[in-house]
Amino acid sequence: MSSILESFADALRQAMEKSQPLYIRGGGSKYFYGNPLAEKTIPLDVTGYQGIVDYEPSELAITARAGTSLQELENILAQQGQMLAFEPPHFGKPATLGGSIASGLSGPRRAYAGAVRDFILGVRLLDGQGREMSFGGRVMKNVAGYDVSRLMAGSMGTLGILLEASLKVLPRPEMERTLCFATTMERALEWMRSYATRPLPVSATCFSDGRLYVRLSGMEAAVVAAQKQMGGDVEENGETFWESIRHHTHTFFHGRPILWRLSVKPTTAHLPLPGEQLIEWGGALRWFAPAEAVAANEVRRLATAAGGHATLFYGDRDGILVFQPLSPVLLRIHQRLKQQFDPAGILNPYRMYPEF
Amino acid sequence: MQRCELIRQLLAILPPDSVLYETEDLRPYECDALSVYRQLPLAVVLPCTEAEIIEILQLCHRERVPVVARGAGTGLSGGALPHAQGILLSLARLNQINEIDPLACQARVQPGVRNLAISQAASSYGLYYAPDPSSQIACTIGGNVAENSGGVHCLKYGLTVHNILKLRVLTIEGDVIEVGAEAYDSPGYDLLALLTGSEGMLGITTEITVRLLPKPESAQLVMATFSDLAKAGEAVANVIQSGIIPAGMELMDNLTIGAVEDFIQAGYDRQAAAILLCESDGMAAEVTTEIEKIEHILRASGAIKVEIAQDEAQRQLFWAGRKAAFPAAGRISPDYYCMDGTIPRKHLARVLSQIERLSAEFNLRCMNVFHAGDGNLHPLILYDANESGELHKAETFGARILEICIAAGGTITGEHGVGMEKLDQMCLQFSDAERELFLAIKAAFDPQALLNPGKAIPSLHRCAELGAMHVHHGQTSFPELPRF
Repeated sequence: MSSILESFADALRQAMEKSQPLYIRGGGSKYFYGNPLAEKTIPLDVTGYQGIVDYEPSELAITARAGTSLQELENILAQQGQMLAFEPPHFGKPATLGGSIASGLSGPRRAYAGAVRDFILGVRLLDGQGREMSFGGRVMKNVAGYDVSRLMAGSMGTLGILLEASLKVLPRPEMERTLCFATTMERALEWMRSYATRPLPVSATCFSDGRLYVRLSGMEAAVVAAQKQMGGDVEENGETFWESIRHHTHTFFHGRPILWRLSVKPTTAHLPLPGEQLIEWGGALRWFAPAEAVAANEVRRLATAAGGHATLFYGDRDGILVFQPLSPVLLRIHQRLKQQFDPAGILNPYRMYPEF
Repeated sequence: MQRCELIRQLLAILPPDSVLYETEDLRPYECDALSVYRQLPLAVVLPCTEAEIIEILQLCHRERVPVVARGAGTGLSGGALPHAQGILLSLARLNQINEIDPLACQARVQPGVRNLAISQAASSYGLYYAPDPSSQIACTIGGNVAENSGGVHCLKYGLTVHNILKLRVLTIEGDVIEVGAEAYDSPGYDLLALLTGSEGMLGITTEITVRLLPKPESAQLVMATFSDLAKAGEAVANVIQSGIIPAGMELMDNLTIGAVEDFIQAGYDRQAAAILLCESDGMAAEVTTEIEKIEHILRASGAIKVEIAQDEAQRQLFWAGRKAAFPAAGRISPDYYCMDGTIPRKHLARVLSQIERLSAEFNLRCMNVFHAGDGNLHPLILYDANESGELHKAETFGARILEICIAAGGTITGEHGVGMEKLDQMCLQFSDAERELFLAIKAAFDPQALLNPGKAIPSLHRCAELGAMHVHHGQTSFPELPRF
């Protein structure tokens, strides 16, 4: 593995000398996500750096190299009755741990268990100059130094090559049961909020096509008691349903030329947008598939007014930025941080914002 | 700028009762809860509004005056120690809860609001704020954000970074930024994570949006007594391996048990090598089942006695012992020095026996309390500052404990922060390149290094000097010389 590491560092140094922009490529399952790459960018395949480094179930932590297949990692956890509680979307078989962290995406359990950043304990990385560094660790609590580890989540490969990550893992719940209610979007939003304010073992919520789905997770005693309080019909294929939401294989996501992701304050009322919506995260996540041409500014204005932001998740960009622009002061801080991690600006330039 | 001119300009921004400059008025601010470090600032300012803070920062930025922020001053690592050429910025008067939004399970609060006050205010909605550092009746949420504070429930409910959604922050230039959102994520880098635990080095927080949780329907506590500390450590691993994440799991050693019993008679067995408290919370039916399972595992792991709190009063009493560990240390020793290392749990028995050997070597007693669920160890070194050389001995002992934590694959601070206290150990835990990057991050926010300068991240020079001196088990040749 050390020779692979050396080859990454060499590639970085050479790219620095030639000002050659690099695209850090894992499994490629999330290639669609982010702004188009700058011209003349060449890929640097990092999947060779793979394998589990350390896993002790009773420590609730796993350390793996970034090129490790996400599927393989989750299989190994499952064998010990554990899981990645942020339910990272795979979007395809080749998905890697590194890509999952760099994209910062989390699945249905996010609103109830936390996001990928919440489960990162430590990282090892190469910065833009090829220097190897470690931050955080394999322990649950660590406040020594700035939290560079969590900064990596969602940084889209712009700050360094992620080599290795340590993640907190959780036991799989003893029981999971999905309840289903036929209702309107307005009603579903109200119920989602009502559940969130009560001590119920809810672990996922989704409204789509006139139906509210609620997943309960925990000890059998808790799931059964909660179901009694909540009512609804039991969805027999609950597990399959949540997998389809997590990995976007649900029919809602089929054949959509454009998909917007609106992250908003969970109490936001129904957003008047022309097209179909699927709601997750107790109301805090709205997937929007436009039925007609809609101005990006209008989508972003609605999301901002709702305390959040809108991402053009995929589809014809036509000059539209994928991520919502930052305020001038925040952009300045982003540029300065980027400058420190990657002074030559060779790592995934434009991928996140055109300014870096 | 001359001190008197600085004070004059501060008085032009703030009302007279918001600027302190007489020595006797400055005295209460000369240290935080790590009182071995003391320093008077040029002045203390006590603004009441964000607008005032902006003007203060603009003045300090223009005149290059260092700014040290302070909440309640309960920090244990000297993070709020004043700077001799700087001002101390107290955020205690920004103490309003701006909004509680029960349906969104969020509250917007000012930095000077006390941790416990948030839960008290949210209580009527059936909600609470989860992180509960032991100083929660006094410590402020602003300080919690600066230190990424934990508490006894963080294995299940997370640290401060997991329980805040958004910060309103002033840069040293006085510009307002908002990081995070009332939504669950925001575009760009995760600056919310970067700022949490940054010890007042990157910006000044003026408003925090916290996440509130529904209060659990029920909570129950098991107390297990062990005649062997290693078995207690194994019991912790066995509980977690079984798939249970307890709401709290706390371990105390024999010296702690005795000190606590002398103090509040919690009903602990004085003969025990270790006592483990294990709490379950959730829906009533769930708690009953989980407690049964925990009880079974603890017995199977070799506990000599397992008691379930019979009622709420007994539950509170069992907890009261653990919560009184620090004051109990204060009763059996003139002074104590609280350490804060984190280790992988599997090394607990080994690390504790190493600490025991050091205790004999330094001839200083050491009580051990342990957030067992998340591996966070709090050795309390007992010493007498009036005995010549004892403070230095205690500090050296403490430094050695932190080195043991690093060697075990852990960290020098789990929740108290680096502050002034652990600058030298930062040199051991991080490489030159890593510390350079920390300094570069600092420079990205605060190029002139005016916010809490000299804390948390050691200068490269300091570490180089330390590396040269670090020859005899941390005993430097000239301990009395100042090192930078």
